[in-house]
Amino acid sequence: MEILKKVHSRNIVKWAKNKKDVYVLSADLTSSVEADLFRDTYPDRFLSMGIAEQNMLAFAGGMAREGLTPFVHTFAVFIYRRAFDQIAMSVAYPNLPVKMVGFLPGVLTPGGATHQAIEDVAVMRALPNMTILETGDATEVESVLDVAYKVKGPVYIRMLRGEIPRLFDPAEPMQFGKARVLNEEKKPDFVLVSSGICTEEGMRARLALADHGVKITHYHISTLKPFDHPEIMEAIANSKYGCITFENHSIIGGLGSIVAECMAEAGPGKKLYRIGLKDTFVHGASKAYLMKEYGIDAMSMIALVEGVTGKEYGIEEHDLAETYTPAIHSDAKAEAL
Amino acid sequence: MNQKQELEVRRAADRIRLRVLEHTVSQNGGYLSQACSSADLFATLYMRVLKLAKLDKPLMPKKFKAVPGPKQKAVTGARFNGNGSPDCDSFILSPAQYALVLYAALIETGRMDARAMKEYNKDGSSVEMIGAEHSPGMEVTTGSLGQGISQAAGIAFARKVRGDKGRVVVMLSDGECQSGEFWEAVQAASYHDLGNLICFVDVNGFQCDGKMTTVMNLEPFDDRLRAFGARVFRIDGHDVQEIERIAKMRPSKKPTFVLCDTDPTRGLPFLKERYPKFHYVRFLDPKDRERYRGYYEKLAAKGDLTATAAIEAEKAAAEKAAAHAAGKEA
Repeated sequence: MEILKKVHSRNIVKWAKNKKDVYVLSADLTSSVEADLFRDTYPDRFLSMGIAEQNMLAFAGGMAREGLTPFVHTFAVFIYRRAFDQIAMSVAYPNLPVKMVGFLPGVLTPGGATHQAIEDVAVMRALPNMTILETGDATEVESVLDVAYKVKGPVYIRMLRGEIPRLFDPAEPMQFGKARVLNEEKKPDFVLVSSGICTEEGMRARLALADHGVKITHYHISTLKPFDHPEIMEAIANSKYGCITFENHSIIGGLGSIVAECMAEAGPGKKLYRIGLKDTFVHGASKAYLMKEYGIDAMSMIALVEGVTGKEYGIEEHDLAETYTPAIHSDAKAEAL
Repeated sequence: MNQKQELEVRRAADRIRLRVLEHTVSQNGGYLSQACSSADLFATLYMRVLKLAKLDKPLMPKKFKAVPGPKQKAVTGARFNGNGSPDCDSFILSPAQYALVLYAALIETGRMDARAMKEYNKDGSSVEMIGAEHSPGMEVTTGSLGQGISQAAGIAFARKVRGDKGRVVVMLSDGECQSGEFWEAVQAASYHDLGNLICFVDVNGFQCDGKMTTVMNLEPFDDRLRAFGARVFRIDGHDVQEIERIAKMRPSKKPTFVLCDTDPTRGLPFLKERYPKFHYVRFLDPKDRERYRGYYEKLAAKGDLTATAAIEAEKAAAEKAAAHAAGKEA
C-alpha cells in the first residue's frame, strides 16, 4: 500500500495557484491543518484569525458575500461545536460558498473528547443548504477541493492529514454525489456502506470474509449530503442479510442514520447494522487502540457478520490484509495531536 | 453641515421617532426606545454620511419570495442603500431589532415608500419585525447578536482587496457588544488593518433585562475598544453635527468606532415611566394605549420633538439677518 505524507499541504498550493478568489483562514493551527505551505506561498491570500472561531466563520461569510471563496481550516470540532450559530446564520442561511475544512474527524486524534469530532455529520447535516464531504484516502484528499469548489453553497469537509494511504486510483478522483463501488456481488450476503477511514477497515474485513464464502457488495461514500443512491437501496433489497454501515462517527446522525432514513423510505425490506461509535464519547488514545476499543475496526465488522450469520470463521487479526498504522510522533505532523 | 441642513436632519430624526410611535400605538407594541436613542444617528447616516445609490423615487419593498437555497438566489435589501456599487457604502444593521427604526429612516429620507410600513410583520412580507437580509435596507442577516460585525469585517476585507472606494458602515447597539464574538471581530478588524470599517454604536445603556450595568457591565467601553486596537471616538449621539464630522474624518489604518451616548427616551420623555425596561413597548391595557395615542396626536400636531431649539435658533438667525438687512436699508 502506498503511503503519502502531507498530501493536502502540497495539493492546495498547486490547486489554488490560479484561483485568485481562494483564501485560507486559519485559527492558530496552521501547520497542524497543513496550511503552512499555502501561507508561505500566498501570504496575501492567507488570513490568520487567531483562536476565535465564531468570528472566523462569520467573517468568512462576509468574504464569500463579496465574491471570495474562503477555505476555513481548523480541527473539525472547533468548526461546528464552537461556531454553529455563525455557520447557520452567516453562512448556511444565505447559502454562501464558504468551504469548511475540518481535520481530525472521529478517533483520528489522541487529543481526547475535546478534539474528537464524533457528531459533526449529525449536526452539520441538519443545516439546510449544507453539503458534507468526507475523504477516505490520498486520492480523495487531492480531489476534494475541486468537488467542494464546484458546489455553489457551503461545504463541510471531513479531511485527512499526515500519512495517508492511497486506496483509490489517482485517475479516479472523488466525484460529487457518486458512491465508489469497491466490490460488487450479484447475490450479496451483505451490502457494506462505509466512509472515511472505515473504508480501509471494511476492505480488509470483506477480503477476509470472502475467503470464508461471505459475499459482500461494498460501497464507499464520500458525499454524505446530499445522499441519493437508489442503486444502493436496490443492492440492499437483493442481499440476503441486509446492510452494514461503517463509519468513524457516532451511529446517531451519521452515515448509519443517513442510510436508515433512505431504507425506511425506499423499503428494501432488509435489516440495517450500524458500526460506529455507539452513542459514546471517546477518550485520548491512538487511532488503532480507539478503533479496537470502541468497535470500529475490521475485527468488529467480522464479529458483527458472525453474529448475524451464526457462524464462526476463526479469522485472526494477523489474517487480515496489511494495514498502515502511522506513528503518533511523526515528521508528517506538526504535533502529536 | 450648516444650520439649515442640521435642521433638516433633526426634523427627519423627529419624524422617525413619531413614525415609530405611531406604529407602536397602532400595532400595540414596538421598539420605541430604540427609535428615541438612534433616530439622530440614522437620520445623519442616511442624509449626510452614507454614499448611497441614487433613487428616482422611493422604493416599494417586494414580497418575500423564498429562503435562499439551491433554486433561490439570496436577495438582499441593499438596493435601498448602495446596491453593491464599488463607490457606494455597505450598510450593515447589526441589531436587527432596530429594523423598525431603519424602515422609518428609509421612509423619512425618501428611500422607501411610506406604504411599506403597513407591511411590517405581516405574513408574506419582507418588511419583517426582526429584519433579515431580504428586508429593506438590510444587507446581511444579523438577528443573532454579535454576528453583524464579523460579517461586516469579512465584507470590509473583500472590499479592501478589491480596492472599492465605498466603506463598510456598521450600526451596532451596546448590548450586543457584551458577546465574545464582538471582541473577536474587533481584534481581527484591527489586526488586519480594516480602515474601511466604521462602526457607530448606539450606547443607550439599556438592554432587554434592563439597565446594562445591572445585567453585565461594558464600561469603560471606549478604553476597552482602544485596548483592542481600534480608533475610538465617544460623542453625544444626539449631536448630528458631531456624528457627521467624525464620519467624514480621514480614515486611519485601523477600524473606527464611534460610541454614541444616547438617551432611550429622547424626544418622548413620557417613556421615562417605563424605567428600566425600555427594550420593547407593549401596552398592558387599552387605557395605556389611548394615553400614548394622545401623546402621539399632540406631538404630531406640534410637528417636532427635539428640533425645537434648532428651529428657534434658525428663527432667531433669520430675524437677525432681517434686522441687519433692514438696518442696511435704513
